[in-house]
Amino acid sequence: MQTLRRTPLLERHAALGARLVPFAGWEMPVQYTSISEEHRAVRTSAGVFDVSHMGQLELAGPGAHDYLQARLSNDLDRIGPGRAQYTLLMNERGGITDDLIVYRRPPESYLLIVNAANVEVDQRALSETTDVSSSWALLAVQGPDALDRLGLEIAPFTFREDEVLGVRCLVAGTGYTGERGCELGCAPEDASRLWDAIVGRGVTPCGLGARDTLRLEMGYPLHGNDISPERTPIEADLGWACALDKEFTGVERLRDQTKEGTPEKLVAFVMEDPGVPRSGMSIVEGGEVTSGTHSPMLDCGIGLGYVRAQDAEPDTKITIDLRGRPRGARVVTKPIYHREEP
Amino acid sequence: MAADESYPDDLLYHAEHDWAQIEGDIATLGVTWYAQDALGEIVHYEPPGEGASLAKDESYGEIESVKAVSDVIAPLSGDVMEVNQAVVDAPETINQDPYGEGWLVRIRLSDPGEVESLLTAASYRSLLEEQ
Repeated sequence: MQTLRRTPLLERHAALGARLVPFAGWEMPVQYTSISEEHRAVRTSAGVFDVSHMGQLELAGPGAHDYLQARLSNDLDRIGPGRAQYTLLMNERGGITDDLIVYRRPPESYLLIVNAANVEVDQRALSETTDVSSSWALLAVQGPDALDRLGLEIAPFTFREDEVLGVRCLVAGTGYTGERGCELGCAPEDASRLWDAIVGRGVTPCGLGARDTLRLEMGYPLHGNDISPERTPIEADLGWACALDKEFTGVERLRDQTKEGTPEKLVAFVMEDPGVPRSGMSIVEGGEVTSGTHSPMLDCGIGLGYVRAQDAEPDTKITIDLRGRPRGARVVTKPIYHREEP
Repeated sequence: MAADESYPDDLLYHAEHDWAQIEGDIATLGVTWYAQDALGEIVHYEPPGEGASLAKDESYGEIESVKAVSDVIAPLSGDVMEVNQAVVDAPETINQDPYGEGWLVRIRLSDPGEVESLLTAASYRSLLEEQ
């Protein structure tokens, strides 16, 4: 049994009465009060997540651009300095090694924020990069009121160095909830001070449970569940993040699949019958649920899963095998949850 | 609102965190405060069919929170007389009132002698303390 790693905020979580669980080798808060309450706080006001378990890889120098451009799926030339981009790292067979955000810093420096469970695999695949994860704490502040509470403005997928509530941060207009907000990277020794200041502004502490229900309502895939080295971006509906007109690891397979199609596609679905779909459940017509939960906003079961290509059109009826009980669901477009416009 | 922790003395308990209220050969069954607290907010109750037979120590239904699903274990054997439809329609009732409005099924006991094997509130509380 490996010892669990701890973020600089573990004492804060424990003091708030969080339920702590092992996640990707880390001891992380899954909830403080209740997943649904934390979820609604992010949808209606503002929530803060400790995501310091995420990994950071860095590459600088004149060769950095070409090195990453040849290994990541999205086109780095689509973004300038001070911009961030969702991109994929693939194996030779086009399978997804990881999904990540690349931050382009002037003049020739790149920061990659990757999934906690994949830091070592990613670093082996991108051997020129340096793992700087231990120099970073990361907080995500998300929700319609998030930026107001912090007293800052940041446009989506931009970032800058700035002082936030008295702490030097990398401020990025990114997140995993579908809400406006930011992610704040800071030195580990400053993390508690930043967390306290954010919570002091009336932002609700939120655990990984709400992070999962929020991302699922948006239909965002989670690596290890919905995407994996056995699935390609074409199957996973992530072709939009792949620049097939450039050369990068795995691109041949993606070009072939774009032409020939794939037997299965990742889709979002909503339960029409009672019950909560869960990862690993079979889809009766063919395929498998890869993520499922109860949507706090829609008050019904929702999920992501691979279905036969002919079942991938929105409004197709599918049947989930809920522990032996066939239950009806409907394929929907993403996001699964749409904010009601005021 | 979630209920406060309690284990009423007029109920009998099963180690799998279920309670039974016995009236003659009829029993009302539900889950304990500890069970609903461990699961968190309950979002789905999958009941047995009316007329289904419950076997002591075996699963007769499922309750599910946002995060996890749990089997409900029968503390006693018997035939289902009534399912609490109010809980099927509003599963959060289990969190709000686990021993009252949040009851799950009413059964006719097939072996009333099994009642002897259940725990008193005091024994169930000491079992929780050991965990």
